[in-house]
Amino acid sequence: MRTRRLIPWLYIGPALLVLTFFLLYPSIHTFYLSFFGRNSDKFIGLKNYIYTFTNKTMLTALRNNALWVLFFTTLTVLLGLILAVMLDRVRYETIIKSIIFMPMAISFVGAGVIWKFVYAYRPPLAPQIGILNALLRIFHFHPLGWLIEKPWVNNLCLITVGIWIWTGFCMVILSATYKSLPKELIEAARVDGANEWQIFRGIILPLMWPTITVVATTMVVNVLKVFDIVYVMTNGNFGTEVIANRMYKEMFQFRNFGRASAIAMLLLLLILPAILINLRRFKRQGIIR
Amino acid sequence: MIKRLVRILSHGPLHIVIILIALIWMLPSIGLLVTSFRPAPDVAASGWWTVFKTPFDFTRYTLKNYETVVTRGNIGRAFLNSLIITIPATILPIVIAAFAAYAFAWMRFIGRQILFIILIALLVVPLQMTMIPILRIFNRLHLAGTFPGIWLAHTGYGLPFAIYLLHNFIAGLPRELFDSASIDGASPFYTFLMLVLPLSMSAIASLAIFQFLWVWNDLLVALVYLGGTQDVAPLTVQVSSLVGSYGQSWELLTAAVFISMALPLILFFALQRYFVRGILAGSIKG
Repeated sequence: MRTRRLIPWLYIGPALLVLTFFLLYPSIHTFYLSFFGRNSDKFIGLKNYIYTFTNKTMLTALRNNALWVLFFTTLTVLLGLILAVMLDRVRYETIIKSIIFMPMAISFVGAGVIWKFVYAYRPPLAPQIGILNALLRIFHFHPLGWLIEKPWVNNLCLITVGIWIWTGFCMVILSATYKSLPKELIEAARVDGANEWQIFRGIILPLMWPTITVVATTMVVNVLKVFDIVYVMTNGNFGTEVIANRMYKEMFQFRNFGRASAIAMLLLLLILPAILINLRRFKRQGIIR
Repeated sequence: MIKRLVRILSHGPLHIVIILIALIWMLPSIGLLVTSFRPAPDVAASGWWTVFKTPFDFTRYTLKNYETVVTRGNIGRAFLNSLIITIPATILPIVIAAFAAYAFAWMRFIGRQILFIILIALLVVPLQMTMIPILRIFNRLHLAGTFPGIWLAHTGYGLPFAIYLLHNFIAGLPRELFDSASIDGASPFYTFLMLVLPLSMSAIASLAIFQFLWVWNDLLVALVYLGGTQDVAPLTVQVSSLVGSYGQSWELLTAAVFISMALPLILFFALQRYFVRGILAGSIKG
């Protein structure tokens, strides 16, 4: 009887060990370190947090993360939804889906370089090799430094890269849900004379809403941690800093472990609502009691 | 006949919009591919789209960029490093997760609920929360800058999702399966090995692609735990450092990026079905 009670722990033991060492313990330790100075030897109270919320670059980073959350989440989910509904009506659905989904397979670093080339800038008289500035030239506009014009153009350009990568993810999930909707209901509404927009607003959207919230939450969590795209394309220069890149800089460039820890805590704080939403959802679905 | 024509015409705008979106989506990647095969002077002098004026003029394509990045840009070494990092960092978490997921799904033990709740919370904890303490321990144990160090780190970071995904699947297996196995006197381990694992193969395949792509494409974890050391740097780290050193040499950068994309793309197109299944299992059901 004794050994039988031990058996489960043999199965989850290794996982528990690894999770404790790599996630649980360090998270708690980071919380502790966030109250100490750059070398973690002097207790300095809330100074790192005051820095996190008052430093000028940090404020830029906070603003940019807000921009990312707003535009990235809205556009990936919206585009994903539109594509899911539109593609259901054509026969070459799979091939288009593969095309939209493809960027999910490549690294953010790769995507960063790909798009840096799209945004490439040359002085007005030189031949433009970036496709966007070449387009501008056709319409007789001056070339634009897409990644330099702050704060709107360059941040939106970076966000576009994120959207290019993640829309496929949203589309795949939303499309699966869309296809599982009861088709009789939609047919019946159509027979009753509802137009496509009314069907979408009155039937499709409410039925898909739970999935849309799940997808949107996932996107918010992803985008709060955005790092690679910014690191590769601008490294946070020209007012494009984001929280995760700032944390990396504090850690490796400025070697200030106290501040880096406080910034990490800020990330956790921002993600906390998502954790709570997840837990509530699992509870409702009976996965946890 | 006329009915079909009307249908096609009324769907016309839909087709146009869809094909336009697909083209926009592909355009950046096509630019990358074309540029990586163009000689440097051409790349600097004209846009990549100009090759489509004479697409079959093969004198305007070259493999030299690939040769250069492999020999002088260290991309060959980086490719090998990426493989050395990714393969164990894919297998290790899956093995550990399979055991844990089985226990969470079909065994009763004290603290099961609370541990599972912690696991779900860990699903979205930002890695940044863990890096400073782990890096310090790694430095002390001389694990920083080594392959075993990064294998372990990726195992830790991949585990919550791996356990969660496999748990969802294994918990969905029919109860009778386990009842009859236990009546036949099968031990938990035998049941796990001979029943659960074979039945979970499709879920494991989904998970394997996920973890493989996540590790292969990771930049942050590699930057932090491997540092900038060239002899262990994976493709992502090497490519991002080339962005600094090659700057405007687009023909070289694009070639390097294409090499880093090749393997994930092959996997993706070959195993897309499992990839999609994994995404769906990880998001909707859970």
